[in-house]
Amino acid sequence: MKFTEEHEWLEIEDDLVVVGITTHAAEQLGDIVFVELPDEGREVTKDEEVVVIESVKAASDILAPLDGEIVEVNESIVADPGKVNEDPEGDAWFFKMKIEDLSVLDELMDEKAYKAFIS
Amino acid sequence: MADDLTELKTTVLNDLHHAQGAKMVGFAGYEMPVQYKLGVLKEHLHTRASAGLFDVSHMGQVILRGPDVARALEALVPVDVIGLAEGRQRYALFTNDAGGIEDDLMIANRGDHLFLVVNAACKHADVARMRAALEPQGITVKMLENRALVALQGPAAEDVLAEHCPDVREMKFMDVATLPIAGAECWISRSGYTGEDGFEISVPNAAAMDLAKSLLGDARVEAIGLGARDSLRLEAGLCLYGQDLDTDTTPIAAGLGWAISKARRTDGARAGGFPGDTRILSEMAEGTALKRVGLRPEGRAPLRAGVVLFDAEEGGSEMGTVTSGGFGPSVEGPVSMGYVPRAQASEGTTLWAELRGKRVPVRVAKLPFVPAGFKR
Repeated sequence: MKFTEEHEWLEIEDDLVVVGITTHAAEQLGDIVFVELPDEGREVTKDEEVVVIESVKAASDILAPLDGEIVEVNESIVADPGKVNEDPEGDAWFFKMKIEDLSVLDELMDEKAYKAFIS
Repeated sequence: MADDLTELKTTVLNDLHHAQGAKMVGFAGYEMPVQYKLGVLKEHLHTRASAGLFDVSHMGQVILRGPDVARALEALVPVDVIGLAEGRQRYALFTNDAGGIEDDLMIANRGDHLFLVVNAACKHADVARMRAALEPQGITVKMLENRALVALQGPAAEDVLAEHCPDVREMKFMDVATLPIAGAECWISRSGYTGEDGFEISVPNAAAMDLAKSLLGDARVEAIGLGARDSLRLEAGLCLYGQDLDTDTTPIAAGLGWAISKARRTDGARAGGFPGDTRILSEMAEGTALKRVGLRPEGRAPLRAGVVLFDAEEGGSEMGTVTSGGFGPSVEGPVSMGYVPRAQASEGTTLWAELRGKRVPVRVAKLPFVPAGFKR
């Protein structure tokens, strides 16, 4: 699993990149009550706002971690946003991306580096 | 991200908040718990289902004492203070000469004095206003620094508190009484700001920690932070001063006409005689251009304070603004309050809120969003 400074995690699965938010981010946001996901098939560029989440406290944007195409989104977190608090680094993934060169993930933080980043 | 908490005052329960794992924030000059480990959503639901304990010691507790104090205070509030019986409490507003609201408060008749609870952010201005108006008449205005204030709210509040003080069972909504809890003289009112039955307990600082700990020791009680306090009062359709009420908003626009006592209305025994009386009483007869309404957004996205409302899905005119809004855990959906023109204020009217560049349909809805659980 790889991590961004925007508190997203990325994992390669069947040549796609699965993206979600970290446990740390979910804890900081508090109870999540609303998630808006992008349309499947949308081409996105890095740092583009692709997801809106609202917690009991405030709205936050999730940015595209890389250039690529959104190929699948997790509708189950739209129906039940609380899942993001329950299992942020598992079942409550946000979307899957197709990217050209998976090696760009190598530049991202690993778990150890992310833990140091948030401490 | 973290607020600078260094300059903030603390309440006497500060150590307990930290020990309970609270997330602390700055609020009205105080370091206060916004949530505990349970989180806002579960704290909210727990309060509606059982009982929640809130530290509201940041609020101002003020004693007014002196000759004809009730009559003197009536010059500042559109409320019947003279007719307030001993052992009773009433909701009131400090109005200004333009008819706007300077603060909302509770006034209790405690026999030989009046006891007021005012908002934390307004308390120094409130005391200054009362001193200027009342001291020349020989009335002393004293803000208490030696008492904490906690609220125990929810359907289990009576059973919980009765274990410490059985007499609270006899109290009805808005009754006040002086009762001992574990030897400490507590000033208890059957009131609160969650829409639930419950009590507000003014307790000497020295006894506050023991009281809070013993209430939290009851399995039915959880500590509740400001986050859930806000969603509870919002679902209950109650106004937050500084958001839904301010110096430019009149009581009539705010839908608080019920708080203007009969004796102070046109044709009342002591009609007018409070700041802004001409405007407020004429609005009571004629209505206001804008009215506070409940709003139910379609879908799940919360509409928070500041969101602008339009009369059409595209284009159209600006109709009003959301003043409070968020997710209502008991409603299981977003709820808001805001001000709209009178013609748009009837229940069922559809408006459109502009959210992140899109227009979301919003229905004008009845307040409160959840039925009140007061023990009348």
